[in-house]
Amino acid sequence: MTALSGLRIVELANERIAFAGKLMADMGADLILAEPPGGDPSRDYPPFLDNKPGPDRSLYWWHYHSSKRAITLDLEDPDGAETFRKLIATTDVLIEAEPRDRLSKLQLDYPTLSEIKPDLIHIAVTTHGRNDPRSDLPATDLTIMATSGPPWSCGYDDHSLPPIRGPLQGYQTAAHFAYLSALTALLYRGVSGEGQFIDVSMTAASNVSTEAATYSWLVAQKTVQRQTGRHASVSPSGETQQLCADGRYANTGVPPRFPHEFEALYDWLNSLGLEQQLPEAVFLEMGAEWQGPFDLSLIGQDDAITAIFGAGRAALQLIASSVSAQDFFLGCQRAGLAAGAVNSPEEAFEDEHFKARGFHVPVRHEDIDRTITYPGAPYRFEKTPWSIYRPAPKLGEHTDEVLAALDP
Amino acid sequence: MPGALSSFRICDFTGQLAGAGATKWLASFGAEIIRIEDPVREGRWDILRGTPPFIDDRRGIDLGGAFNNHNTDKLGITLNLRDEKAKEILAELVRVSDVVSENFAKGVLEKWGFGYDQLKAIKPDIVYVSNCGFGHVGPYSDFRTWGPVVQAVSGLTFSSGLPGLEPAGWGYSFMDHTGAYYMAMAIMLALLHRQKTGEGQWVDLACTESALTLHGPALLDWTINANPMRREGSPHSNRNQWPPMAPHGIYPALGNDEWVAIACRNKTDWDALCSVIQRPWLTDKAFATLEDRLNHQDALDQRLRGWTEDQTKYEIETALQNVRVPVAAVLTPEERIDRDPATGSFGLWPTVRHREMGEVRVDGQPVHFSKTDWEMTHGAPCLSEHTMDVLTRVLGYNEDEVIQLASEGVI
Repeated sequence: MTALSGLRIVELANERIAFAGKLMADMGADLILAEPPGGDPSRDYPPFLDNKPGPDRSLYWWHYHSSKRAITLDLEDPDGAETFRKLIATTDVLIEAEPRDRLSKLQLDYPTLSEIKPDLIHIAVTTHGRNDPRSDLPATDLTIMATSGPPWSCGYDDHSLPPIRGPLQGYQTAAHFAYLSALTALLYRGVSGEGQFIDVSMTAASNVSTEAATYSWLVAQKTVQRQTGRHASVSPSGETQQLCADGRYANTGVPPRFPHEFEALYDWLNSLGLEQQLPEAVFLEMGAEWQGPFDLSLIGQDDAITAIFGAGRAALQLIASSVSAQDFFLGCQRAGLAAGAVNSPEEAFEDEHFKARGFHVPVRHEDIDRTITYPGAPYRFEKTPWSIYRPAPKLGEHTDEVLAALDP
Repeated sequence: MPGALSSFRICDFTGQLAGAGATKWLASFGAEIIRIEDPVREGRWDILRGTPPFIDDRRGIDLGGAFNNHNTDKLGITLNLRDEKAKEILAELVRVSDVVSENFAKGVLEKWGFGYDQLKAIKPDIVYVSNCGFGHVGPYSDFRTWGPVVQAVSGLTFSSGLPGLEPAGWGYSFMDHTGAYYMAMAIMLALLHRQKTGEGQWVDLACTESALTLHGPALLDWTINANPMRREGSPHSNRNQWPPMAPHGIYPALGNDEWVAIACRNKTDWDALCSVIQRPWLTDKAFATLEDRLNHQDALDQRLRGWTEDQTKYEIETALQNVRVPVAAVLTPEERIDRDPATGSFGLWPTVRHREMGEVRVDGQPVHFSKTDWEMTHGAPCLSEHTMDVLTRVLGYNEDEVIQLASEGVI
C-alpha cells in the first residue's frame, strides 16, 4: 500500500508538468501519460544513453517519466476524444499544461469532463494563470524565471555580469505547486467526496519562491541587490563563498554566534597552526569567554561585538583557504558550525551520506539488459515508500492494455 | 467557508522558512496549525521572529517581517517544556492532533520526551514529519545547515553561474522554500495514507536529499555516461542543454542593471528574431543552423547584446512578443509586485492583519481552487497570542487554570 496507490492520474504530455507527474507516479499513483501520436518532443532531448541519440535513449525522458505508463491519443480526432472521455471516467486527477482554449474547443474542458466524472480533480498549469492572456505567449523555463523574480536575486557582485538563472527550477517550482494542489484536493475529496478545478500559474509559483526579495519589498519597499554566491541583500553583506586549497569552493555559512562556537573555532584554528596568521584571533577568545547572549543587532555599532563577529568570519575564510573544501565542511560541522562544500551534483551524489541513506537506486531496464543507478527519493517514508516502479515508457507502450481495460 | 484542509490539526514546532513555509500552505487551506514556542527564549529559536524587514521603526520579537510572511493564519502558543506540566499539556495536544511537524536539529524532540516512539505511544496514528538538512539517518545526521549550506552541499549552488567564474549560487534560500514544499507534500502524502489505512507514520525529510533530486537528468548523465558537471567550460546556467537552444540567455538592455531574457527554441523562433533585428550579421554562415549557433554561442551572444543594449527591456519584450519569440524582461521586485498588473489581479499579494503590525502584504499561493480556494487573513501570531484560546477551546482548560499555569511559568 502506497500513499497514492489506487489513484489514477492522467497527464497530458508537456515538459512543463512532467516533473509533477513523476513525483506522483513515484509515490504509487497509476499515472497514465497521454501523448499525441507522434510522441512528446522531449523524448528527443539530451542527454542520451551512452551519449548516442536515438529512440528511447533520452535520459531527460527517462528521468522525468519514471513509473508512468504511456498511451498515444489524438484528441483532435473524434474517436480519440471519445476514448479520452472514457479514460477520464476512470480518472481521479487530470493534469495538463495545454493552451488555455484548447480543451474547451475540443469539448474536453472541466465543465464537460466533470459531468463524466463529477469528483474529478482537474489541474491546469499555464504560465500566467487561466485569466491572463499572456499565458498564450510562448515561454521557456528561462523567460518564466526572468519575469518572476529569481534571476534578479542571483548573480555576481559585478553587475556588468548578467543575472543568473538556476536551471530547470521555473518548471520544477510550478510542478511542486501542481503536486501540492493535487494532494490538497485529494485530501478534501477524501472528506467531502468533491472534486474541483485548479488553476496553477508558473510565474506566480516562482514569484512567491524568492524569499527576501519579495518580502523586503512588500514590508519595507526595499530592493535587494545580487551578490556573488550569497543572498541578495538590501545592504551589502560579507562574503560567504571561499576558494579552498583544492581549487573548489566552500560556503562558510553563518559565522559563529555563541561562545561555544567561538571556542570551537579558535581551537580548530590552533590545531591547524593558523592562529599566527590571524591577528584577530584574540577576538575569538573574547567571543569564547563572552558572558550572556550576544546582541546581534549591535554588529556595526558596538566595537567589541563587531570585532568578535568579524574575527569569526575572518577565521572561517582563513581556514577554508588552507584546507580542502570537504575538510572545511567536515571540520566546521564537527565544530558545530553550519558550513558546506560547494559540491557539483555528481560530487554530492557520490557522498557517503547519501549512499548510506539509500539514495542510489538500482532500476532494471530489461530491454537493454542493464541495471541503471537512479537518484532516489526526496523524502523517506516509513510505511509508504517512494519507488521507481518502472522505467520511463516507450511511445504508446501501454496503449493497448489501458484502452482494453476501458472497454471490457 | 470550510477550507480544503479544515479537518486537520497540526501540532507544529516548525520555524524559519524551511519548516514554517510548509505549514503556511496547510494553514492557507484551513488546517488548524498550532505553533508551539518556548516562552523562556521568547520563541527566538526562529530567528526570523525579530529580524528585518520591519514595517516601521519598532523592533521586537513580534515584528519580524519574514516571520509574519511565513506564519500567516497560524495559532501561536507557548509551552515551557522544561516543566513537567507543560509536557502534559503537549501530550494532550498531540492526542487531539493529526500531525506533529518540526525542523529542529535531530534529537531535540526526543530530548524533551517527544520522539517518534513517544508520540506514537500518545497517539498511535500520529503523522510525524521531521525536516532537517541531512535528515535523521546517515553519517551527517548531526550536522547543521541553513538554506545556503543545503544548496552548496547538494550541488545546486554549483549548477548556477557562468563558466570561468566561481558559482553564482541562488541569491536566496531557494531550498528553504523548496524544502518547505517537500515537507508539505510529505505531510499530505502521509495524511492520504492514513485516510486510506488508518495508519500514521514517520517521514524523515532531508533538505539536502530533496535538493539532490532537482538536478533533472544530470545525475543519470553521470551514473550512465560518467559525464560530470564539473568540467571545463561548464556549466553556463543561462544557456540551455535540455533541449539545446541558441540564442538563449540574459542580455543587457538600455539603462542601469536592466536585462532581458531571450530564448530561441527552433528555426521558427530564430527566423522571427531575425525579422525584428534586421542586421547584416544575422546572415553570417556561423549562425545558419541551430548547430552552427550552438557552436558559436559566444559570438552570437556578443552580436545579440549589441542589439539589445540600445533598447529598453520593455521595448525588446514587446517587439519579440509580437513575433512570438520567448522573451521576458528581468523584473525587479517592485516591477513584478507593484507594476505587473497580473500578479496583483491573481491575488498573489494578499493583505493580512497582524495584531501589532496592522495590515501587511504577504506572499500568497500561486494557485486557485474552484471550490476550496486558499485564504490568508491573519498575520503571524504574536508570542503566546493564542495560548488562552487553544488551552480553553481545544484542551478544555478553564481561564483561571490557564492564568495559574502562566503564573507558574508553565506556559
